[in-house]
Amino acid sequence: MFDAQDIEAIWLTLIVAGRAVGFALPLAVVAAWALARGRFAGHAMLNTLVHLPLVLPPVVTGWLLLIVFGIRGPIGSRLMEWFGMRLVFTTNGAALACAVMTFPVMVRAIRLSLEAVDPGLEAAARSLGAGWFDRMLTITMPLASPGILVGGIVGFATCLGEFGAVITFAASIPGETRTLPLAIYAALQEPGGEERAAALALVSLALALTGLLLSDWLARRLNRVLGR
Amino acid sequence: MSIEVALRHRFADKTLDIRFTAPSPGVTALFGRSGAGKSTALMTIAGLLRPDACRIVIDGEVLADTAAGLWLAPERRRVGLVFQDARLFPHLSVAGNLRYGQRRAPPGAIGFDEVVDLLGIADLLGRRPHTLSGGERQRVAIGRALLSQPRLLLLDEPLSGLDGARKAEILPYLARLKAALRLPMLYVSHAPDEVLRLADTLVLIKDGHVVGTGPVAEVAARGDLPFARRNDAGALLLGHVMGHEAARGLTRIEGGGAVWLVPLLDRPVGATCRIRIPAREVILAAKVPEAISVQNIVPGTLRHIEAETARHSALVEIGLPDGTLLARVTPDAIARLGLSVGGPVLALVKSTAIEVL
Repeated sequence: MFDAQDIEAIWLTLIVAGRAVGFALPLAVVAAWALARGRFAGHAMLNTLVHLPLVLPPVVTGWLLLIVFGIRGPIGSRLMEWFGMRLVFTTNGAALACAVMTFPVMVRAIRLSLEAVDPGLEAAARSLGAGWFDRMLTITMPLASPGILVGGIVGFATCLGEFGAVITFAASIPGETRTLPLAIYAALQEPGGEERAAALALVSLALALTGLLLSDWLARRLNRVLGR
Repeated sequence: MSIEVALRHRFADKTLDIRFTAPSPGVTALFGRSGAGKSTALMTIAGLLRPDACRIVIDGEVLADTAAGLWLAPERRRVGLVFQDARLFPHLSVAGNLRYGQRRAPPGAIGFDEVVDLLGIADLLGRRPHTLSGGERQRVAIGRALLSQPRLLLLDEPLSGLDGARKAEILPYLARLKAALRLPMLYVSHAPDEVLRLADTLVLIKDGHVVGTGPVAEVAARGDLPFARRNDAGALLLGHVMGHEAARGLTRIEGGGAVWLVPLLDRPVGATCRIRIPAREVILAAKVPEAISVQNIVPGTLRHIEAETARHSALVEIGLPDGTLLARVTPDAIARLGLSVGGPVLALVKSTAIEVL
């Protein structure tokens, strides 16, 4: 039913999504923490910036990434110069595009769970001798863990479906950047490719459903551990 | 040693100016209505709230002195805090909660097994906080604070969220802690029964100011202070069991320099105890009445008469050799008996009216 190229596309999709979440999740935790707890001048600005990919057409996000991370872009040129690293048209570039697109989803989930952590518990930890970093590690993060986990899983599932930004920034190179949605689109462009597209679409559906069910189950389990 | 607290803070609608000195070790109760500033004082001592100006000294150790620019972070104060709502960490077991502060404290005199035993929480160690009852939660919270080896234990209305039965369940544990650990404690409360049962020193706070402070029995019997002006005013006498008269079904207690007969108690001779005598249960007499059921006829000196115009009564302070008794009577009764300040008076108290705490 699947040929080597299909298997490659599925595998590549999982790799891209994995790298995107691995890269974006820690940053999302920091951003969510700043938005939930921070009181600083650029608060509204940061909030807007984080949510921008949610409202921009993906193709515009992809194009902006090209401008910034392209080999002549302000960041892209330096990455090339210093590390010999090229993002455009590479697997890592596809992961970056996915990361940017799913960032708002992750931040939102994590922020909600951080806001639900009772500051009174942190005050209690403080009076018991726990410093800032200690409290963060032993109280705040464990209590926000369901949100962080759900953010990661939903982010991963969303990455599996990223299309516009990926194709604009990383193109559709088989084995490099052609993830499932791109492969489905390519199959539909070929005469008689409907059957292949349908098979890949089923895989897509199965992965998305698994992700959502898994996040739901894990969140419920964690909440039970936390006594909610 | 002592605890010195002085703080000043201006809120939008009121100003706090609280200063008091309390002995250490010992239990000092901060008593006042909600909103009087008791909890603000406690949070300032813990370091969780920073007022406009303050100076906190515990046993010679300066925790905060804003005039000198000194402000120790709460995590470095080693001040144990028990919140009204327990605030146990939901993701840790009871044992995990208990050890949280202990792990972060220098080794100290208060041991894990001792605390678990004193608070009767050995059976709870493996449980999760959300499976505990309110009273159990509060006991664990007290244990958690104690195991952080604090130099001062702060209790912010630890019993106010509990119903009467749960309260009665915890009070004895607090009394045991007080006896077993030589630790200064500050106890914020608006419940007179807790204060009378536990406190050695009483600090009365009203509208952001200290209106009275001193040994609990003295402050509780001052007719001019709000603690005595409550509906259920009464005197507190610190004493001990003198002996039992099993045949008569009575126990003799020495308190305030007088001897009181109360219904037979199951307490050893010599045991210290506190007795409370409600002011409305005290009858005054100018001479010893005959053929009367009252067991206790105690002579004293009429020290002060505080008129209570609103309820058409008067609160009479009667000086005993080593304490003060309160009686609530009508002004007419005082006039009929011809009583005057400085003169002798007899106080008549039924045995069954005396509350042994």
